[in-house]
Amino acid sequence: MTKQAGVAKLREIMTNYYIEAKTARENKRLVAWITSGGPVEPLIALDIIPVYPENHGAMIGASKMGADLCRKAEEMGYSGDLCSYARSDFACSLTNGGPIGGLPEPDMLICCNNICGTVLKWYEIQARYYGVPLFIFDTPFCHTDYTPEIARYVKNQIGEYLDFLEEVTGKKVDLDHLAEVGRLSVEGQRLWQAVLDTAMHHPSPISAFDAFIYMALIVTLRGTQQVVDFYAGLLDEMKTRIAQGIGVVKEEKYRLLWDNIPIWYRMKWLSEKFASYGACLVADTYTSAWCGSLKYIDENDFLNSMAEGYTRIYLNIGVDERARTIMEMVKKYDAQGLVIHSNRSCKPYSLGQYDIQMMVEKELGIPTVVIEADMVDERSFSEAQIETRIEAFMELLAERSVI
Amino acid sequence: MDNLERMKKAVASPYDYVRGRRGIGYVCSYVPEEIILAAGYTPVRLFGSQGETGLAHRHLQSYCCSLVRGILEEALSGEAADLSAVVFPDACDSIRRLSDIWRINIRGPVHFDFVLPVKLGTKSAEEYTIDILKRFQEELSSYLNVTVSREAIEKSIALMNEIRVTLGQFDRLRADGLIALSAEDYYTVFRAAMIMERHEFLQELKELIGKAKRKEPYSRTKAKVFIVGGMCKVPEIFNAIEEAGGFIVGDDLCIGARYYYGLCPTGLEPIEAIARRILSRPVCPAKHGGINSRLDHIVMRVKETGSEGVIFVTYKFCDPHAFDYPDLRKRLESEGYPTLLLEIEDPLPSEGQVRTRCEAFVEMLRQR
Repeated sequence: MTKQAGVAKLREIMTNYYIEAKTARENKRLVAWITSGGPVEPLIALDIIPVYPENHGAMIGASKMGADLCRKAEEMGYSGDLCSYARSDFACSLTNGGPIGGLPEPDMLICCNNICGTVLKWYEIQARYYGVPLFIFDTPFCHTDYTPEIARYVKNQIGEYLDFLEEVTGKKVDLDHLAEVGRLSVEGQRLWQAVLDTAMHHPSPISAFDAFIYMALIVTLRGTQQVVDFYAGLLDEMKTRIAQGIGVVKEEKYRLLWDNIPIWYRMKWLSEKFASYGACLVADTYTSAWCGSLKYIDENDFLNSMAEGYTRIYLNIGVDERARTIMEMVKKYDAQGLVIHSNRSCKPYSLGQYDIQMMVEKELGIPTVVIEADMVDERSFSEAQIETRIEAFMELLAERSVI
Repeated sequence: MDNLERMKKAVASPYDYVRGRRGIGYVCSYVPEEIILAAGYTPVRLFGSQGETGLAHRHLQSYCCSLVRGILEEALSGEAADLSAVVFPDACDSIRRLSDIWRINIRGPVHFDFVLPVKLGTKSAEEYTIDILKRFQEELSSYLNVTVSREAIEKSIALMNEIRVTLGQFDRLRADGLIALSAEDYYTVFRAAMIMERHEFLQELKELIGKAKRKEPYSRTKAKVFIVGGMCKVPEIFNAIEEAGGFIVGDDLCIGARYYYGLCPTGLEPIEAIARRILSRPVCPAKHGGINSRLDHIVMRVKETGSEGVIFVTYKFCDPHAFDYPDLRKRLESEGYPTLLLEIEDPLPSEGQVRTRCEAFVEMLRQR
């Protein structure tokens, strides 16, 4: 599978997935909207089609339709300081706008707050708008610890979640089938991690910009055979590239780490900008968030272990633990610098980044740069300012690497 | 110095008030004050500094609200050193990160995270709340080396319930025109309630009511206004509303009615009683009590108080309030209540605009 073939295959899978979701009603299937880090496996086990407004938000951003939709949401009364995924989703619900003419209407909403408090408000609003049942999977924030109290609470909610789904669908959950979906989910996550790990090789066969595209499947189709097959093929391709010594960036000179959600509408610009210096963004904290809590999951007891797996994800832990994770990644991928996207849309991801920056600089002594922008709303992107910052950062890296 | 003056003094410099007393700082109304009191400490709500001298910006981006920035600014400037501990109940995304940043950078006060559930209406949430209240009780005892007995918690529940009841009476008396007090002073009393030693405060409050209470309501021809928001501690807002000819008859503010809403029920185990209040009081928008519960509650309160219009006072960058605003406005307007949105920062960048907008709003209410 060449890179072009891989992306084409991914497009095909995603297109089919959205066609399936948008024709769910005709095919008498139910649609659940679910947050990106939500426990999707029970939905798949019940043949409910999961739809991810955040993935849709990323598509809106990548299609450069974000500013227009965000503006519409502002006309509806939503502050321009709110999450641009949420704002564009509200506008799409009302206008069927965006790159795919809006999402299929939900039959239910599943909100897991392990990524932010924003999703709680977002899903409440959509539950009122669509008049459909809402389930909140409440994963208490683990500032320093996953306490026994938190463990008990989250585990108790798994039963409540299954009860909710059984009530809405009128069907019983087949626990054996759910265990199988769980195994596939874990396998998909492992393969995704393996794909990302190929970036440890010099030169790296994959960059974070590629991962931002390939991640669509681990987000939307986690728990299916399709994901496993696709990532297995992708892994083979990466191994082939490594064997042939092909790097994703020509003459890779610098290896960098990215923190935060991508700037979807400027991926190409940023990727070319960094590549022009021979810099490869070898890894990032975002795409790895879908496999970062694998260590807590037991594939043979998925249902019980998913409580911890879904609670201890990268955005639901303290700033210092996040800094440690970043420092481990810097070492693992042999990165020489850290690129921090300070994302106006995402307070839980962004607040605390300055402290992470200070810790990384102090403990690892590597250069860092902060880019102020927004993931979807291109009105918050100042090209001249960001260009200057990147230039200064690359100069610093060049000086350091001479020494 | 009279009662109000003493309250004003505590509010003007809470850290000075705390010095020499045993204070535990907290940042959100969901903290179980009863347990802190039972440990022999006074819960001191941190309101943050007004404006910055350049410390917080090294830790927080410009899109973080001025309340969180102000709290961090004060702590970084060394003010918090006299607190014995500080408690961060799980609130919004920004307060979660404030807790982390405080823990990493501020030395001195013992740091507690009191991670409440976000979804409040379920059995598992109730069990979890009881679990973490017990843990908080144990951790306070061990870290501060004090005993937090069941009896002491019972006593503090009684005290806090009495304060809440009295503040509720105080609110009604003022709304009925039986206590003449400016809105700025009225909210100063509430802030004092969250800072002062609680017995002392209750005494002050009772005396204040006794002295200020009138037999006949003074005539009020002003437009009756209800305020919705979180933490409005910008006096210019209250003054602008009053000077424009508005009269605040009720609120759903964190520094107003939300502080006295709900009592700990009697006849339960004390920890359970505290949990029951936390879970059943009208929600903050960062919590979930059902998809319509906050909207229904506010509409009910607006009707109950005989308000003619509603002013939203929200901090810029406060996500939970900003998310609720459009649907809440729609609900209120469909019920015939005009609304005004004041998005503020503390300190206010330009008072003039707020004043003009309040004047136009009150004028519109009067013409209806």
